[in-house]
Amino acid sequence: MRVFEKTKALTDMPLTYCPGCTHGIIHRLVAEAIDELGVREKTIGIAPVGCAVFAYDFFNMDMMQAAHGRAPAVATGAKRVHPDSVVFTYQGDGDLASIGAAEIMHAAARGERITTIFVNNAIYGMTGGQMAPTTLVGQVTTTSPYGRDEELCGKPIRMSEMLAQLPGAAYIARVSVHDVRHVLEAKKAIRKAFETQIAGEGFAMVEVLSTCPTNWGMTPIESLKWVESDMIPYYPLGVKKGA
Amino acid sequence: MAKMLMKGNEAIAEAAVRAGCRYFFGYPITPQNQIPEYMSKRMPQVGGTFLQAESEVSAINMVYGAAGSGARVMTSSSGPGISLKQEGISYIVGAELPCVIVNIMRGGPGLGSIQPAQSDYYQATRGGGHGDYRIPVLAPSSVPEAVELTIKAFDIADEYRTPVIVLGDGMIGQMMEPVDLPDELTRQLPAKPWAAGGRGAKPDADGADEGRRAIINSLYIDPQVLENHNIKLQGKYSRIAAEQLLFGSEMVEDADIVIVAYGTVARIVRSAIRLARAEGIKAGMIRPITLWPFPEAPIADAAKTARVFLTVEMSAGQMVDDVRLALNGARPSHFYGRTGGMVPAVRDVLDQIRRLAGAGQSPAIKEVLV
Repeated sequence: MRVFEKTKALTDMPLTYCPGCTHGIIHRLVAEAIDELGVREKTIGIAPVGCAVFAYDFFNMDMMQAAHGRAPAVATGAKRVHPDSVVFTYQGDGDLASIGAAEIMHAAARGERITTIFVNNAIYGMTGGQMAPTTLVGQVTTTSPYGRDEELCGKPIRMSEMLAQLPGAAYIARVSVHDVRHVLEAKKAIRKAFETQIAGEGFAMVEVLSTCPTNWGMTPIESLKWVESDMIPYYPLGVKKGA
Repeated sequence: MAKMLMKGNEAIAEAAVRAGCRYFFGYPITPQNQIPEYMSKRMPQVGGTFLQAESEVSAINMVYGAAGSGARVMTSSSGPGISLKQEGISYIVGAELPCVIVNIMRGGPGLGSIQPAQSDYYQATRGGGHGDYRIPVLAPSSVPEAVELTIKAFDIADEYRTPVIVLGDGMIGQMMEPVDLPDELTRQLPAKPWAAGGRGAKPDADGADEGRRAIINSLYIDPQVLENHNIKLQGKYSRIAAEQLLFGSEMVEDADIVIVAYGTVARIVRSAIRLARAEGIKAGMIRPITLWPFPEAPIADAAKTARVFLTVEMSAGQMVDDVRLALNGARPSHFYGRTGGMVPAVRDVLDQIRRLAGAGQSPAIKEVLV
């Protein structure tokens, strides 16, 4: 009889994420997908700058830590040297949608055979809760203390929809992990994003709506509800490109 | 093999290929464009990859990824593009990754000009990006020497796990000279067991969960651990300084006036000191080939016999600081420089030499070019 066991693609290092943050769930889903596909021994993960900067301590595989926003460029270098490997980036919304906008856009445009896990929690977490390009209009952060002002800084960027426009993008999906049903759907999408790479079809990205109770100033449960009530209406879930 | 007439930029690119470079990531900028252009043609012929990145920032981070994956990899640019690469270079240093970065210098600051200059000396020899570090800097003064130093750059990079800069100027990049290219490297490139490639690729991987894994990283959040890392890096720089110094010495033994110059300027100075000798002025030249490590000891040695030193650069005076440090007040240090893409003329350098020799200006100078 098979009983539950921890996925081997995660180390035993205790996660450094805040209580109630959903990064832990997302790490687990990525690790499970890699193990289920049996590719851990040939996977290279690229950690970002942000809350997941220590991802190299948590994913039990070859890892590189990239400069802020540059993970897709680093992944490109790794994938071109080891075309048979499985390369993924794990990036937050400040990293991917702001400082790394050019890198992700061109990696997708080239149809780079990599998988990107884009964790969107609408805020800069690691640096203490500043406004991100994904911060919702009206959302209070440490650099939008009166709420994000659309006149001053525009509306948040929907990266998945934007990247789905590029011919090189083979699979783009937005998922959420705010309840069990959505966690299971997220798992399927993440697995699909790795399968897309392994099949050599092109660039694949899963945007995962995630919580930041610490910097949102909410309890973990309030945060999960806020994802559903406020984030999903602006960031609609679903497959944006590919099957 | 017969000599070939090659442009400096193309010779550097071909030398890299023969050194085993199979990955090139770059971005267009004058006056180095022939390097990426040549690589775009050559890399597919040798089973390598050329990729034109979306920016200099991306190009250097692709280098980080490829170097971290164990490849011999190169990028090239010129001043403004090298400035953009500094973030990535600092990370490459921190993660101890070997790679070669070519800077074919143009006039600055800002967009500056596209003519030859040596105004990126500080940037190259002081690290350039954030953090405490040095990068070996190789400065060719001819196209054949550019070939030799490009190949050497890859070996130094691998030996010490460091980026290495080949610092040319627009003249070296654009001029054509006969070169004797070595055959394609046949020796085994050094093993890189630290590189990423999947755990399964590790020599001792046995599929066990405890199997080693590569972590390419420059983050050391614990201050003591980071200081230890910095001490390790500094130890590496001490070894490089002791083992990799290169310089040329021409007519220094009996020289009254020693001129310090590198790259294109060294060729101009060579002509000037020959003319000075013909006039009875005992002039000689020390030519740094590695700008870091800098030939401090040879300059200090020359100061035991020479009376006065003159540094000539295509800059407002950058390397002259290192000459002054090497002299440490032992002898007077003078400077002559042109900037903005202006190349010093032989007669201008000769006038400087005459001035230091106490001679007046000569009415007629017969220019002799090398």
